[in-house]
Amino acid sequence: MTTAGASGGKSIGGVVLDLAGISLAFGGVRALQNVSFDVREHEIRAIIGPNGAGKSSMLNVINGVYHPQEGTVTFNGVKRHDVNTHEAAEQGIARTFQNIALFKGMSVLDNIMTGRNLRMKSGLLAQAIRIGPAEREELQHREAVERIIDFLEIQAYRKTPVGRLPYGLQKRVDLARALAMEPKLLLLDEPMAGMNVEEKQDMCRFILDVNDQFGTTIVLIEHDMGVVMDISDRVVVLDYGKKIGDGTPDEVRGNQAVIDAYLGVSH
Amino acid sequence: MLYRENGQFKTTYRQDQQMLPILQDRIFMALLLLFVFGVAPFIFSDYLFLSILIPFLVLSLAAIGLNLLVGYCGQISLGHAAFMSVGAYAAYNLVLRVPQLNFLVVLILAGLIAALVGLLFGIPSLRIRGLYLAVATLAAQFFVDWTFARVKWFTNYAPSGSVSTATIDIFGWTVDTPVRKYLFLLAVVTVFALVAKNLVRGHMGRAWMAMRDMDVAAEVIGIRPVYAKLTAFGVSSFYVGVAGALWGFVYLGSWEPLAFDINLSLNLLFMIIIGGMGSILGSFFGAFFIVALPILLNQAPEWLGIHLSTAMVSNLEAMIFGSLIIFFLIVEPQGLARLWAIGKEKLRLWPFPH
Repeated sequence: MTTAGASGGKSIGGVVLDLAGISLAFGGVRALQNVSFDVREHEIRAIIGPNGAGKSSMLNVINGVYHPQEGTVTFNGVKRHDVNTHEAAEQGIARTFQNIALFKGMSVLDNIMTGRNLRMKSGLLAQAIRIGPAEREELQHREAVERIIDFLEIQAYRKTPVGRLPYGLQKRVDLARALAMEPKLLLLDEPMAGMNVEEKQDMCRFILDVNDQFGTTIVLIEHDMGVVMDISDRVVVLDYGKKIGDGTPDEVRGNQAVIDAYLGVSH
Repeated sequence: MLYRENGQFKTTYRQDQQMLPILQDRIFMALLLLFVFGVAPFIFSDYLFLSILIPFLVLSLAAIGLNLLVGYCGQISLGHAAFMSVGAYAAYNLVLRVPQLNFLVVLILAGLIAALVGLLFGIPSLRIRGLYLAVATLAAQFFVDWTFARVKWFTNYAPSGSVSTATIDIFGWTVDTPVRKYLFLLAVVTVFALVAKNLVRGHMGRAWMAMRDMDVAAEVIGIRPVYAKLTAFGVSSFYVGVAGALWGFVYLGSWEPLAFDINLSLNLLFMIIIGGMGSILGSFFGAFFIVALPILLNQAPEWLGIHLSTAMVSNLEAMIFGSLIIFFLIVEPQGLARLWAIGKEKLRLWPFPH
């Protein structure tokens, strides 16, 4: 966790995700107000802010769970106002969840295999017979999934039902499932919430490795400032649905509005 | 001691993904199939075939169908007897109006017609879930009951509303004796169970289970809820429709619309709850429990030498049956299939505790 944010070696490319003037309201509650920021290729972009700042809403806008009233989302050059989750997944956006949203009744392997579902094309009849194309497809995707299992070091838990795993490992399976989609953009919603120091270090290592080895662009929400400042390239700060800061970790740390939002100001 | 997997190393993913990865399980399954196909027809009595095995096989098929929807996809249905009756009446009308069709084709077509009706009544599942969906599918039950009782064309204008079927003939092999009925059903159920197992092991099955366990996460991964839920309704009603056609043609022979009422729907639901939700094997256990237990309860006083009036026996039967269901649900809410799995797990380690 010592390498500084602007990690040397990797080349940050052009803008892949551009959010312009996003406003989102639930009835009278204005969750996001005219928020704009961009994400460049291969970078780790953190979204921080106090509770209720609209961070999770922002992720939900990016992958189509929420539909903003105003503003546009441009991903990979495709501009869209309204997108559903399926289209977002097909475009290569994957995410993990703040409160683990694994499929409790399934094994670790099956959970990760669902991440390949979008790529599996064999039809109902082929699957019913199974011998032949459906089985070949299954095995081919099993191999891809095994590579991710190796990468995240969860080989020992392959056949375990996810409900029986401890919290830290469940978070890792959640990440594995998202990685199985081979995403271009990975959204991580508090990947380190509720973890102890060792688990946090492991998770940081995995996030940096994913970013480094697969070149995946990552947007993450995190409350642990040490982690955020260490691993992210740029940080955007939200407060009450508005953007109050944007820049490198050092810039954000020195920003008076950000300090006020976190520590409070006397009026 | 015999049930060990020591030394059975899997060197390919294909070996690891077999339906029965443990050698002893494969041997057991082979012996079981040999027994039910090769030995049972010669040693069991007609009574056993007619009163237990034939209804057990048909209801297992229906329970598998319902389990695909409720146990695997998490969509509750109280209308599955209705889809059974759609299958039965579809088969009846196909045989009546297009007599040259082979019965196997009739069976598939009846299943497909039931699947269409199932899809239609599955549409509400896209907007509502849980108990609300259960009520919506209850509407299917009453609507279909009403249709077959009122629209005379379906029953070929029979004055009493009851229909009777001809003997089934498959490529010159008539399914008339109890043994032949049993063998025919056994073959059909074996194939359908295998197909169901394949489906739930494939990506379709994983999509269903993902919808059941966490629908928002499933959507974010790119699983279409419309597709997952409607295929589950379609495949499930197909199975149940085929089971309905077999129930009518092979088990009942002649029936009236009341044969497929809400009681049958509830019985199917009991089967999968007792047998085990989300388990193909559990569907068999549940069907056997529901078919065999009343018979056992009926005969038990005789064996014990107690003489009771018929009314007393039937009341006791209902009471004991009900309390056993409650008992099972408290002791093992995940059903008999779970008990089976625990037993196997223990056997693997026996005689050591860990």
